[in-house]
Amino acid sequence: MEAFGLLMHGFAVLFTWKILALMLFGLVLGIFVGVLPGLGGPNGVAILLPLTFSMDPTSAIVMLSCIYWGALFGGAITSILFNIPGEAWSVATTFDGYPMAQQGRAAEALTAAFTSSFIGSLVAVMLITFLAPMISTFALKFGPPEFFAVYLLTFCSFVGLGREAKHRTVISMALGLLIAGIGMDTVSGNLRMTFGSPDLLRGINFLVAVIGLFGISEILLTMEERLALRGHAAKISLRVIWQVWTDLPRYWATLLRSSVIGCWLGITPGGAIAASFMGYNLAKRFSKDPESFGKGRIEGVFAPETAAHASGTAALLPMLALGIPGSGTAAILLGGLMVWGLNPGPLLFVEHKDFVWGLIASMYLGNVVGLVLVLSTVPIFASILRVPFAAVAPMIVVSCAIGAYAIQNAMFDIWLMLGFGVVGYVFKKIGIPLAPFTLALVLGSRAEDAFRLAMIGSGGSVGVFWSNGLVGTITTLAITLLFWPVIDRVFSSVGRMLRPASAAG
Amino acid sequence: MSNTDLEIVVEDPTAPDDASPSVVSRRTVEIVVSLLLLALAAVLAYDNWQTGIEWDSTGPQPGYFPFYLSVILGGASLYGMVTALLSNDARTETFVTRAQLRRVMLVFVPTALFCLATQFLGIYVASFVLISGFMRLVGKIAWWKSLVTAVVFTAIMFITFDVAFDVIMPKGPLERALGR
Repeated sequence: MEAFGLLMHGFAVLFTWKILALMLFGLVLGIFVGVLPGLGGPNGVAILLPLTFSMDPTSAIVMLSCIYWGALFGGAITSILFNIPGEAWSVATTFDGYPMAQQGRAAEALTAAFTSSFIGSLVAVMLITFLAPMISTFALKFGPPEFFAVYLLTFCSFVGLGREAKHRTVISMALGLLIAGIGMDTVSGNLRMTFGSPDLLRGINFLVAVIGLFGISEILLTMEERLALRGHAAKISLRVIWQVWTDLPRYWATLLRSSVIGCWLGITPGGAIAASFMGYNLAKRFSKDPESFGKGRIEGVFAPETAAHASGTAALLPMLALGIPGSGTAAILLGGLMVWGLNPGPLLFVEHKDFVWGLIASMYLGNVVGLVLVLSTVPIFASILRVPFAAVAPMIVVSCAIGAYAIQNAMFDIWLMLGFGVVGYVFKKIGIPLAPFTLALVLGSRAEDAFRLAMIGSGGSVGVFWSNGLVGTITTLAITLLFWPVIDRVFSSVGRMLRPASAAG
Repeated sequence: MSNTDLEIVVEDPTAPDDASPSVVSRRTVEIVVSLLLLALAAVLAYDNWQTGIEWDSTGPQPGYFPFYLSVILGGASLYGMVTALLSNDARTETFVTRAQLRRVMLVFVPTALFCLATQFLGIYVASFVLISGFMRLVGKIAWWKSLVTAVVFTAIMFITFDVAFDVIMPKGPLERALGR
């Protein structure tokens, strides 16, 4: 049990007053960000990232990941009490959570949501604890061709498995990769796509783009909506908590199913949103009484929340082990790693043991502390919604600008942020997904470097991507996934031709 | 459904009217965005073509990848434009209504002005003006509340970034006069 020993070491790193205080601070900020309209996990992490620039990497990641846990918890508060999903992955929670609140069972629903979030994350963290070191040890043998194959797999699975229209995903990804290529080419030293502008020489920083795309554009979108809200207040008593917790074992199948769905969708770039809906729908299908879903059934809160949190946490597994983020927020954390001077990838487990195991330990501790914190402070956070948006909006704008400027100390970046805000607003409204863009921005130059290093190694032959079993399998899988929609259609039409009778029935 | 424990109520008096007329259809915006992306793809492809898109003995030249990415971007945009032109749903679908656009501009214009002010006055003065002005003029919140909020927020930012964490921020004449 080497992992267990290292985990204990991680806890030892964590138990200093400074880190515990930062953790608490991060959780409070995170819940705040999760509750406020127009802000969410990725925005919150992106905006608050500059706060961590002068910290050591371990404190920084602990605080940022706690902001993320906090945001995940916070999303549940607004969806249950106000029927406003703070995040897209909380939408499924409103189906049964809000009816419960209307029936005066808000406290019960909130306890269920927080507890199941906790269980979902815990399962995913355990998976990370034991799987991540194994994957990274395996990945240490990777050379540039293998890394390029894995990047290719990530990109292709986004295009092939995404639910948006394919050309929109392709536009988003190609644009992200192009923007990532602006500036100095790291292999040859040539300048690309700078058009003689000294500001573009540095390249476009990933975090500046993210702050604009997620922060500024989200405020513009929020302003379009009617911001009036009415909701229930709730105070959670120990008696309710006890009642929900003693009921918990009865729902073990739902919890387990949702955790597995969440972990799986979190590792593959599918995301928490798909996981929460899938968890909900499967719980409904397997239930003896599917009619009662949507009318305030506690299982309808357990299922999506467990899945969403399991997937949100599991998204960090590929980021830690391979340097490939499984979600938008993980991509931003990855951007943070680079700012703090760490090189994401399998070497992290060898070179920065304190950092990695401190982070993993903080996932355990952060979730426990977070659970206690939200259970005891729900009324305070629910009342944050009373603060008028006209006061919140300019503060978010200022925070975004500070964040964008602090990364490279460049005024140009503030303008860039504004530009990306408009792009994000328009893209979201015409349905061009932003996740592939983010992923392409953060992985673009690494993928290209890996490709070109592989080419230099092989003397310019593409055959290197099929030179051994491992890299060949990954590359073939990537190409299969890219054309998955076409393959799927061919298979199902062949299947129909072979079994005409059963297809008709 | 009982509403007895409905405790938190926030009104939004300036909410956009649902019946407000459409300014522009989703289809038009999709076509314009596709055209812009197509133009961008053409410019980038030309630039990379000049950098070199050949495949020499050590693999691709620097312009190789971006060139073909531009081609892919252009192709996908063209496809998007054609589907938008042929689709009937997007023609009737509203991109933004007049009331919505008004509200969006209420945030966007002050944000742009704030960026401009940051360039000349420094970020702290600009934030103070943005927060107090926005709360008062857009949010119709009392003057004293707006001013107090702006002062407190700006002060917290200044102490956090300038004093405690030493993060450099754009500064202007006021900071220079105070010797910071």
